[in-house]
Amino acid sequence: MKQELTADDILQILREVEDPEIPVLNVVDMGIVRGIRVQDRNVEVDITPTYTGCPAMKAIEEDILEVLNEQNFDSVKVNTVLLPAWTTDWLTPDARLKLQEYGIAPPEHTTADKSALLGGPKFVTCPRCKSHNTTMISQFGSTACKALWKCKDCLEPFDYFKCI
Amino acid sequence: MQKDSLFNYLLRQGDNSLILGQRIAEWCGHGPVLEEDIALTNTALDYIGQATLWLEYAAKVEGSVKDADHLAFLRDVFDFKNCIITETPNGDYAYTIARQFIYSAYQVELLNVLLNSSDEQIKGIAAKSIKEARYHLKHSRDWVLRMGDGTEESHNRIQKALHDIWAYTGELFEDDDVEIELHAAGIIPLNQSLYANWIEVVKDTLEEATLELPASEYMQSGGRTGKHSEHLGHILSEMQFLQRAYPGSKW
Repeated sequence: MKQELTADDILQILREVEDPEIPVLNVVDMGIVRGIRVQDRNVEVDITPTYTGCPAMKAIEEDILEVLNEQNFDSVKVNTVLLPAWTTDWLTPDARLKLQEYGIAPPEHTTADKSALLGGPKFVTCPRCKSHNTTMISQFGSTACKALWKCKDCLEPFDYFKCI
Repeated sequence: MQKDSLFNYLLRQGDNSLILGQRIAEWCGHGPVLEEDIALTNTALDYIGQATLWLEYAAKVEGSVKDADHLAFLRDVFDFKNCIITETPNGDYAYTIARQFIYSAYQVELLNVLLNSSDEQIKGIAAKSIKEARYHLKHSRDWVLRMGDGTEESHNRIQKALHDIWAYTGELFEDDDVEIELHAAGIIPLNQSLYANWIEVVKDTLEEATLELPASEYMQSGGRTGKHSEHLGHILSEMQFLQRAYPGSKW
């Protein structure tokens, strides 16, 4: 290794690691990377799970190890941390835009879902025609992090990245 | 000794999640409609994820057990500490929903208190799991309302399901030396302290759903100390088959 890599450099490298379920997002966009420590030629990365049973987490951990092992560190370690618990509020503004373009409605702010859980109204924008005239089909969708919605104007069903 | 109590408590939590997760995963490919098939499979996945966290911590506390997989796949019936309600057969969709509602309402109350546990790892597991449990409660509560306040057939089915399952609710609120010791150390709440909020959620929901609150004089008990119904062995025979037939095999 010619020059010591800093934590910022490593953060940039981790942007190459895609979420296996939603490949338009990388692990940094997702807010999964919670800490990076570099000491001499050893690096430790803390990640936090989105959902406890998310099958993508194991793949993500392996992908992180793979890109960092290419950097000739003496040791690379990935830790899982639980606190503070992951929230969709950590998705970067850039990530929200990418989701929208990919056809997945990005999460509203968590307070919106909390009010919906208590029976209050909730508004989700159709990622295709941008209509607010939408309705939930099911709280559970194709992956743990998504719910199934339908647009009542363009009639297309769509995934909504649910807030937690 | 607090270490033994902690290990036992972690098994009780982990086993509740693991067995209920394995149980409702049986609906995969058999749901009454596609959306429900997906919903229950997602819920099962959440439980398996939670079980992994609890059992990993249990293995760490115990010290000589290798990992969570070892606890999940190599223990026999008498070593499982889940409440019996989690191992009851799925029945019809009304029964599965009634069980989901009763258990989720309990789990949300429990996790809500565990958010303030003096044990950092338990606090972390609770913070992670409660976000999922709230969705499970919302989902099952919606269905209790829809079935109860639906047709005569759906009303009768969910009412019967609640009646059938009621005798298994008592065990959720039991405490023994394990809970008493950990409660004194500020790690967990007593289960009995969760009852008041739980019964209120259940009563309110059933009233809104035009359903009657079941009454059962006799309550089943024993799962938490390893005395199970005949159903658990059948769950384990399927869940543990691979590791029993091919010890140590990896996916």
